[in-house]
Amino acid sequence: MDTSVSTVKNQTVYIRPSALTDTPSHYCPGCTHGVAHRLIAEIFDEMGIREKVIGVAPVGCSVFAYNYFDTDFVEAAHGRAPAMATGIKRLLPDRVVFTYQGDGDLASIGMGEIMHAAGRGENITVIFINNAIYGMTGGQMAPTTLPGQKTSSSPSGRDVETMGFPIHMAEVLAKMEGSGYIVRRSLHDPKNIRLAKKAIRTAFEAQVRGLGFSMVELLSSCPSNWGITPLESLKWIEEKMVPVYPLEDFKVAPTLAGLKF
Amino acid sequence: MTRELLEGNYAMAEAAVRAGVEAYFGYPITPQTEILEWMSHRMPEVGRAFLQAESEVAAINMLYGAACTGARVMSSSSSPGVSLMMEGLSYIAGTELPVVLIDVVRGGPGLGNIAPSQGDYNQIVHGGGHGDYFPIVLAPASVQEAIDLTVLAFDLAEKYRSLAFVMADGSVGQMMEPAELPEMRPVRKERPDWAVTGAVGRERRILSSIYLNVELEEKTNFRLLERWYEVEKNEIRYREYYLDDAEFVIVGFGTAGRIALSAVRAARAEGIKVGLLRPVTVSPFPAAQVAELAQKAQAMLVVEMNTGQMLNDVLRIVKGACPIEFYGRMGGVVPYPDEILNEIHRITREPVSPDGDPRLRWMQRFTPGRGQ
Repeated sequence: MDTSVSTVKNQTVYIRPSALTDTPSHYCPGCTHGVAHRLIAEIFDEMGIREKVIGVAPVGCSVFAYNYFDTDFVEAAHGRAPAMATGIKRLLPDRVVFTYQGDGDLASIGMGEIMHAAGRGENITVIFINNAIYGMTGGQMAPTTLPGQKTSSSPSGRDVETMGFPIHMAEVLAKMEGSGYIVRRSLHDPKNIRLAKKAIRTAFEAQVRGLGFSMVELLSSCPSNWGITPLESLKWIEEKMVPVYPLEDFKVAPTLAGLKF
Repeated sequence: MTRELLEGNYAMAEAAVRAGVEAYFGYPITPQTEILEWMSHRMPEVGRAFLQAESEVAAINMLYGAACTGARVMSSSSSPGVSLMMEGLSYIAGTELPVVLIDVVRGGPGLGNIAPSQGDYNQIVHGGGHGDYFPIVLAPASVQEAIDLTVLAFDLAEKYRSLAFVMADGSVGQMMEPAELPEMRPVRKERPDWAVTGAVGRERRILSSIYLNVELEEKTNFRLLERWYEVEKNEIRYREYYLDDAEFVIVGFGTAGRIALSAVRAARAEGIKVGLLRPVTVSPFPAAQVAELAQKAQAMLVVEMNTGQMLNDVLRIVKGACPIEFYGRMGGVVPYPDEILNEIHRITREPVSPDGDPRLRWMQRFTPGRGQ
């Protein structure tokens, strides 16, 4: 048998990024955490920075984010990832330090840490997963929960009279003089996923260029706690979340505007 | 080096700089703000990291991140600020990171006041943060000792991958006295094999305090306990004064211990055979020494600037081997040597009951406040 000649030409069109470990996902079917993880890992590969990256995982469903990235990682207390990232970055300013945080972690218990990291212009990158609900604890109201949205702790829907209004973190943080790149994107369809990837790339480019605090807010799905199918979840992002959380560039440092990848 | 007139807070800060601290994160709170202020100019001067955090919560988590890089790092605070740090301290203990924290203790509970106190003994020695962990706690009684113990704290923290506290009080932090600073040590360049520095040419490293697998958490708890027994075996430190022939023994740490020494000297001048044991490590506690002294003492007197937090440990150790009395001042009130001398007179002139609650007996003879 002749094994030296292959007549079949294989072309690889889809592989796991090398910055992503070969680990079975613990996320629920239809959850967009996996998409966000993959985009980040692809960018580490494309920028060739995997060995320089130090990640900071949050508390929430992505508490185990460190299982999936083939980079150094630490695990923060709930909401404190930006402070922990600050400590790392101040000692290792030439490393690429990022936090990966959900809406309860970043916009509720960690509001102080995120605001001050942005205010200081801390040269870190934040990937902010906004799915309008607490995932890991089983679907309670988040600061980003939509008006009227039913959760396990707002069973009649979020009544803004007593439970307040959604907090728009990208808009708030863009006001900080220390922020260099603040945008919101969505993961509900392929076009938006491509736009999200470009934004994540730009955010890490901002850090590498020392342009200060960068954050990409990603509208994300939570079919398990929203109580709908994965497909319905993607539609729900598009129809319900996007009108409340517009997909815009809220702050782009001038030197980033012309970047081409 | 020569002896200089130094304030405790500045002295501890400069001692840390000379011990090679690479990063300081803190938040202003009296009576330790001078440490933050000193670091704010001194750390940039020597090319190291300084950051005034937005809160003690942020400061301890910045410290947590910085410690993950394997660098020599510290923070400082005072009682209410340390309460806010408890979450982070538990995470640091759970992640087995070396971290130094100076607590310049003030009067409490609550906002309390800014006067010297030892009311943080329980908060620091017996926990504060959640879960099973054991911090090393060093208690200076002078500016010189505050310097020496700050340097030692870094070495112990790194030797045992442990939290190491310098638990001073407001008077040690604020007073000036002659002391000698150590030589400037070079900053340690090498990083331990667990440090998170970017996975350049090696397997990735993860630092975390989460063990969802309960058996792994149990093993971690047990590992920390085993390590603690090593600390207890190797690192107990204390000072003995006039104990060789002592019939009566005083036990006190930090400023209370130092004031008790003045009372002991006055009593010795009267011919009273009294001595003092001053724990320098209040954790690990010099339990064997206290137990041995109890075997030969006619009575023991515990002196503290709190309601008897260390007294509970002494009672547990002595197990009724000798009668114990307690004398405390609280809430920022510092005892005068005469008050302790009066207590020495009392225990030497009338027999101390071996039964009952020494704290209750003290309450019955004590009037809080100084005539106010």
